[in-house]
Amino acid sequence: MKPLVLLLVVGFAATVLGQSGTLNVPKTVQAGSAFSIETSGSSAGTLYIVGLGQAIRRTVQPGQTVSFAAGDLVNAGRYVAVLTSQSSTDTAVFDVLPASKPATLSFLARPSRLPVGLQNGITGAVYVFDAYQNLITAPTPVTFQLSVPSEATQTRSAVAHDGAAWTEMNSDAKEGNAKFVAEAGDVSNERIIQQVPGDPCGLKMTAHQAGDKIDLETDPLRDCSGNPVTDGTIVTFTEAWNGGQTTVDAPVKHGIAEAEVPALRGARISVATGVVMGNEIRWENQ
Amino acid sequence: MIRPLLVVSALALSAFAASGQASIQVEPSTFQGPRPLAKQTAAAVVRDYLEAWQSMGAALDQNRPDLLDQDFLGAAKEKLMETISEQAKQGIHTRYQARSHDIQIIFYSPEGLSIQLTDNVEYDVQLLDHDKVVATEPLRARAIAVLTPSEVRWKVRVFETGPR
Repeated sequence: MKPLVLLLVVGFAATVLGQSGTLNVPKTVQAGSAFSIETSGSSAGTLYIVGLGQAIRRTVQPGQTVSFAAGDLVNAGRYVAVLTSQSSTDTAVFDVLPASKPATLSFLARPSRLPVGLQNGITGAVYVFDAYQNLITAPTPVTFQLSVPSEATQTRSAVAHDGAAWTEMNSDAKEGNAKFVAEAGDVSNERIIQQVPGDPCGLKMTAHQAGDKIDLETDPLRDCSGNPVTDGTIVTFTEAWNGGQTTVDAPVKHGIAEAEVPALRGARISVATGVVMGNEIRWENQ
Repeated sequence: MIRPLLVVSALALSAFAASGQASIQVEPSTFQGPRPLAKQTAAAVVRDYLEAWQSMGAALDQNRPDLLDQDFLGAAKEKLMETISEQAKQGIHTRYQARSHDIQIIFYSPEGLSIQLTDNVEYDVQLLDHDKVVATEPLRARAIAVLTPSEVRWKVRVFETGPR
């Protein structure tokens, strides 16, 4: 039984350590942490550690344990340790793994401006990195929050897989700048989303005679959530009479739009903005 | 959140042509994200990723960071440049020769500004000290890359290898 036990012990040790003939290398190392590599042999040699993230070369004395301080090996990846001496060359493979604690978030949020009340109109995606700009590949909880002052905060939870997570949010009913925050662990990243009023709801105008003209004026324009429509929104007044047509485009100022058209008996006057049609007036006065 | 990604055989063929000798497999896959991924976009991403492997191999072999300019940017480029600088200081260089790639697109961000893929890659790494071969090691790794669009191509912004 003893040889079998010895075999199992050796096998276990070789599994835990990236062990080869003269090199004992930890199978995994956390990025930025201290570690050591044990060497054996009877002559001095050179230890190389090479990978896509870093390259290190050290002179090694016979049987020396080579220590690497915290911060020596920080880039995650698969590395090869090579020990050469006059008589032999030995290799071992090990992995530098990202630290598990998030340190930075790369946060992509779109769009920067959108109308209120849009279902899933806002998207956010994050990539989660450790302190050494390694993508944290282990599942990591991420929270997204969208908030406007005096409105309820929307919160979505996600789990970053292979470092990536995303979400969709509804724009609020109330206009204003919304804070869009992504958070993982102790780190967060913020974007501002400008939420603007949507299309006017219930566009209505009134008409008053002013000499040989008609003064047209809309009621205060609001979107379907009650937000005042942005000043500068164009409202189109159209007067149709006797096969002819007069069109006036007027910008909204202080919430209303005004225009002046000729007073023509029997004219039909309509109002619209964007795809929203308002009421129609038939002018019967002289 | 999961949508199917259909990959046509033409994609695999064009990827093979771009990679030299390595065999290429592009997995029919599932990926995260609400944004549909056009076949042309998937093909372009795979092609540019494989070209990035080629330029990375040449840059690390010749210790020439300028060879990274076409295919890398951001943290991926900075880390590779750092590796090249360390290699050059120590009189060593490395040859990376991919034998096979098994690629799967796993995330397309909703705004279309990043694509993430994994690559179960088999490759040989050869270490040379002052042009003398010290060792050659066959490796298998799971690479993760995040690519972002530039003017004319997708560039690798994040590149990391790890255990499969």
